Amino acid sequence: MQTDGSRPLLRVDGLSKRFPVSPVWYRRSNSFVHAVDGVSFEVARGESFGLVGESGCGKTTTGKLLVRLMDPTCGRIVFDDGDEGPVDVSTLKGKPLKRFRRKAQMIFQDPYESMNPRRTVFDTIVEPLKVQRMGSHLDRLDRVLRMLGLVGLTPARTFLFRYPHELSGGQRQRVAIARAMVIEPSFVVADEPISMLDVSVRAGVMRLMEDLAARLEIGYLYITHDLAAARHTCSRIAVMYLGKIVEIGETETVLQSPKHPYTQALLSAVPVPDPTVTRPPVRIRGGVSPSLDPPARCRFYDRCPIADDFCRDNEHPPLQDKSSGQMASCYRV
Amino acid sequence: MSERSGDAEALGGGRSPGPVLAVEGLTMHYSTRAGVVRAVDGVSFSVGKGQALGLVGESGCGKSSLALTLLKLLPENAQILSGRILLDGMDIVPLPEERMREYRWSRIAMVFQAAMNSLNPVYRVGEQIIEALEVHVESAREESLRRVRELYDLVNLDPSLIMRYPHEYSGGMKQRAVIAMALACEPDVVIADEPTTALDVIVQDHILREMKNVRAELGMSMIYVSHDMAVIAEVSDMVGVMYAGRLVELGSTVDVFRDPIHPYTRALTSAFPSVTGEKHELTVLPGEPPNMIDPPSGCRFHPRCPYATDPCRSETPPIVRRGGHWAACWNPTGEGA
Ligand SMILES: Nc1ncnc2c1ncn2[C@@H]1O[C@H](COP(=O)(O)OP(=O)(O)OP(=O)(O)O)[C@@H](O)[C@H]1O
Ligand SMILES: Nc1ncnc2c1ncn2[C@@H]1O[C@H](COP(=O)(O)OP(=O)(O)O)[C@@H](O)[C@H]1O
Ligand code: SF4
Ligand code: SF4
Ligand SMILES: [Mg+2]
Ligand SMILES: [Mg+2]
Repeated sequence: MQTDGSRPLLRVDGLSKRFPVSPVWYRRSNSFVHAVDGVSFEVARGESFGLVGESGCGKTTTGKLLVRLMDPTCGRIVFDDGDEGPVDVSTLKGKPLKRFRRKAQMIFQDPYESMNPRRTVFDTIVEPLKVQRMGSHLDRLDRVLRMLGLVGLTPARTFLFRYPHELSGGQRQRVAIARAMVIEPSFVVADEPISMLDVSVRAGVMRLMEDLAARLEIGYLYITHDLAAARHTCSRIAVMYLGKIVEIGETETVLQSPKHPYTQALLSAVPVPDPTVTRPPVRIRGGVSPSLDPPARCRFYDRCPIADDFCRDNEHPPLQDKSSGQMASCYRV
Repeated sequence: MSERSGDAEALGGGRSPGPVLAVEGLTMHYSTRAGVVRAVDGVSFSVGKGQALGLVGESGCGKSSLALTLLKLLPENAQILSGRILLDGMDIVPLPEERMREYRWSRIAMVFQAAMNSLNPVYRVGEQIIEALEVHVESAREESLRRVRELYDLVNLDPSLIMRYPHEYSGGMKQRAVIAMALACEPDVVIADEPTTALDVIVQDHILREMKNVRAELGMSMIYVSHDMAVIAEVSDMVGVMYAGRLVELGSTVDVFRDPIHPYTRALTSAFPSVTGEKHELTVLPGEPPNMIDPPSGCRFHPRCPYATDPCRSETPPIVRRGGHWAACWNPTGEGA
């Protein structure tokens, strides 16, 4: 991935997050949801790295950990954008943490909730600049106007003092993107940035994010359950299942020849926009895998169509190179 | 208008003596302080027995409004101005609400958008279905329970869930329960508004397959509302494309996808990224759906249409027929335009 020998923007190593579950709801005490369970991957500078998987598999939690909106239970996140030496994000405090926040931003899942209803577009976008005490008042106005232009909310002046209810869903999402980009971060977590949007604005927002990535050399963690969108946006992707990365590699390779049975099921479930095609049945067993204190064996065991006794009696399989850099965690491929 | 509906009937009613549902020139407005919202404007189509019609279009183009109009489940500020809704040949538009109740759920039922949130959290899911059943058919509790078990079987839900509360169901399970409820009285027509939009692809796949099986098994007709062209391609025999309250293209799904006539239909199909197949450049449809209070004159799509010419701006576009579909457009695509 790092051909020129330079260090990656972000190196995630054995990252985990467990949430204790209150014994009021679940009879056993000291139970944990293993939302993120020992994940490792790298994101290069200017790269779009995709994270896909079903709802509740731990994508958003991973994103929040990477920008330190949440503290990990264990694991390391080494961030290095070339400005200063590498830092371990998981242990940052005080001034260095504030400097990190200036470089890492997150765009949230729901454009309807990501804007405060009582704040104007200007207030929303300028806030990170204020928090970071960047620029004079005029400077800030200038930057906000420039961002509005970049995200296609033009003429920019007419949008400055609008409130969220005066914007469409697509426009709000652009405001959220402008807010994340205004401090020119080097890393952005984009959580389902288009899933709430209509087709007509989807393609536009996808292009916008690509343009900004190229122009500002931003590295993205692009979270989605839409494989087609990931294909268009990401050079590499990781597929998550119950807190574990089960497959990782170049996007085209993973989508054209998926190795893990879960990735295969996921791909075969995507509807095909061609009425003359009949998709074969999806190969996955019904039911849900236990997310509360999961047994040590393969997390996919209960739903896997090809599981055998070896899978039942052994630990969760390690991620292994299955073909020139495409890694999957499965004993049977 | 009658011309369009005649055409739709010819397309849709081929398999049976008459369409189960025929809609003719339906117009519904909402009055608001800002003005009149023309949410459904002269819509005509028909659905034959066992057929599935897909309705696509951007957010706000009137899909849900049309669905609610068909059930006459409209808010206070809404009014059906004109048109007919023929259920097996009988117009339900003039029916008073008391009569309407006999038809709703038993003849025409609906799965609402974000339906999984429509279950009442304080009642067991099975009780809610039994209640829906008993409004229409008087039966012993044992009988009702047996029916609910059948319905759970039909949508592939574990019967042990019947007496559990909504919070004990996952999103996909709730969605199935809501579908079971809509099927309870074996209606002739089921309208499903974005039944799987909030769900992930594997759950979506299960639910769409189940709905297809149920349709085949019970010979039910369905209307699927979605903004996802791929979902529509998979589930429907016919597709109607809505723009700003109007149907702009209607016909057999295969024909509409293979050879879209209307520039809007074409834009919708190419704005969709695909996972397999060629990785094509995404076309960006500029602008946003029009304000429905004061819609553009002539063809409502003209401010966003790359093919717009003078007549588009002032005159209602003519109907163009090609193969098994029609569209309303001055400069149809694919004719050397
Ligand atoms: N109760 C109401 N009062 C006034 N206007 C309404 C009402 N309900 C809907 N509308 C308006 O009617 C139009 C059509 O709305 P509708 O909900 O049918 O769109 P839709 O295609 O279903 O969109 P979505 O995909 O976002 O649900 C919109 O302009 C909407 O703002
Ligand atoms: N604050 C929290 N407390 C307890 N459980 C949580 C919390 N946040 C997330 N979870 C749980 O962690 C898992 C992963 O959640 P999330 O990362 O939001 O998934 P995704 O974004 O992939 O839908 C889920 O089981 C979710 O219920
Ligand atoms: S390790 Fe076994 S259970 Fe797990 S995915 Fe592979 S075959 Fe299935
Ligand atoms: S009538 Fe004109 S503006 Fe409308 S879709 Fe056709 S070409 Fe475009
Ligand atoms: Mg999420
Ligand atoms: Mg709707």
